[in-house]
Amino acid sequence: MEQYVFYILAAIILVFSFLTVTSRMILRAAVYLLFVLIATSGIYFMLNYNFLAAVQLTVYAGGIAVLIVFSVLLTSQLNEKMEQVSLTKALAGGLIAFAGALLTILTIVQYNFRPNGLPELEPSPREIGHAMLNYGDNGYVLPFEVISVLLLAAMVGAIIIAKRPAKLLNEDRTIIDTSYPSDKNAYTSRTKAEIDSLLK
Amino acid sequence: MNAIYDFSILTGGIHEWLSGLMSPTAVMITEMVIIGTLLIVFVALMGLVLVLAERKVAAFFQLRLGPNRVGPWGSLQTLADFLKLLTKELITTKSADKFLYNLAPFIVMLTPFLALGVIPFAPGLQIMDMNIGVFFITAVSSMGVLGILIGGWASNNKYSLIGGMRSAAMVVSYELSVTLAIMTMVIMTESLSLSEIVASQSDGWWIIKGHIPALIAFLLYLTASTAETNRGPFDLAEAESELTAGFHTEYGGIKFAFFFLSEFVNMLVVASIATILFFGGWMPFHLPFEWAVGFNHIMDFIPGIVWGFGKVTFVIFLMMWFRWTFPRLRIDQILNLEWKYLLPMNLVNFLLMALIALSGFYL
Repeated sequence: MEQYVFYILAAIILVFSFLTVTSRMILRAAVYLLFVLIATSGIYFMLNYNFLAAVQLTVYAGGIAVLIVFSVLLTSQLNEKMEQVSLTKALAGGLIAFAGALLTILTIVQYNFRPNGLPELEPSPREIGHAMLNYGDNGYVLPFEVISVLLLAAMVGAIIIAKRPAKLLNEDRTIIDTSYPSDKNAYTSRTKAEIDSLLK
Repeated sequence: MNAIYDFSILTGGIHEWLSGLMSPTAVMITEMVIIGTLLIVFVALMGLVLVLAERKVAAFFQLRLGPNRVGPWGSLQTLADFLKLLTKELITTKSADKFLYNLAPFIVMLTPFLALGVIPFAPGLQIMDMNIGVFFITAVSSMGVLGILIGGWASNNKYSLIGGMRSAAMVVSYELSVTLAIMTMVIMTESLSLSEIVASQSDGWWIIKGHIPALIAFLLYLTASTAETNRGPFDLAEAESELTAGFHTEYGGIKFAFFFLSEFVNMLVVASIATILFFGGWMPFHLPFEWAVGFNHIMDFIPGIVWGFGKVTFVIFLMMWFRWTFPRLRIDQILNLEWKYLLPMNLVNFLLMALIALSGFYL
């Protein structure tokens, strides 16, 4: 039973990975990539790695796929198609991909995997928290903090890029100032003067 | 809790009966088919009931009668609407991306189905007890927005596109608040499994035991999850006064019904999580005092399924109340509310809850 589920998931991953790189419509490629990511989390579920599978769904299917689709939405039109890849480029790309796959498969087949003998952990918040903030054995505090700093740097960088320069901001303010007088009586006093001149 | 109300007796009996008839693999496949069929029927029924409830509640708030012609008190109105939608011709727009246009309603409908799979509605009435239940639901519901985005883009219509983009900007931001509010409660429950979270509230609900942080977390969760399900006052993805119908402008017949139904089923999922985290799921109302033993015993005699669905109905009613009371917000107001108010409040509340948990200052 489990074997058949694996074959189905593996077939989905293979077919949609291929479609992702060959599709000429960018949003379709993004959706095929989404199917690949979901099928990968399906394999984790099959192995009883529930926590990892949920992380895969949150980070990749729910985070990265949404961001890709969102940026495609902002930049491209439905009728746009990417240009046809020339035969030499396709051949070279295929060859490099094949070589990479061969190398990975050979490494996996030759490596002697053996169980590490560590006790199985229940993925409870307590266990995960202890593992994340532990600097002893089996602790991940260093990678955890490094990733936090990296994310913070990325966020600050994004804010700096998105922020308009101070000069431009001041220009905006002057435009707003001229179009909407801060003195609320400006309009009324003018009309009053006009009315007075009319009355005279 | 009384053992006679436990659904696992019924499901266990069916499992044993099936096991006597066929091989384990066949039993598993048969049970999967039965559960899948039951889930589809349940979602369809809840859809009909919730749409009718929404129309009746709206009528109540606007001093009207609401649907009152089809069936007694208009109770068959939504069934008639559903049959009408089923018989309509399925039209695909000529300039749409056909594959993505037809795929989007299924993606939107898929996520609430997946989320319903791990929710315990009554003792034993849970399809799968996953040890990371809450996390699984947040993971799955983060994919729901993809259907709206893809549908909005593939329709090749400017209203759909704007609706889809607004919805994405909103859902991606409000997801943070929903998850943080849930995490605040996970500090208290010390477990991610939904059935264990329910079990931890046998002596009192977390909204009572968790003091002020739990109350704040509940309000934040309710606000953020209303936005996440694209319901009013946050329903500007389908703002009919400016965008025709938003992302589902080009959809008709049963494809439109999928978008429409998914909103209501999402509301059911969100209300169920609120119930489980704050109001004890199917746990009866208990007072954590010595003299209240008799009172607690009487409460035990009300079946868990009544408690569970009663509380879910209450939370759904709150969300409908919001929709028909508050005016629709603008997109910049919505994003300001999330990033400048809800998120900082959530972070402070999270720390407060951690302090209370550390000092043991809870019942």
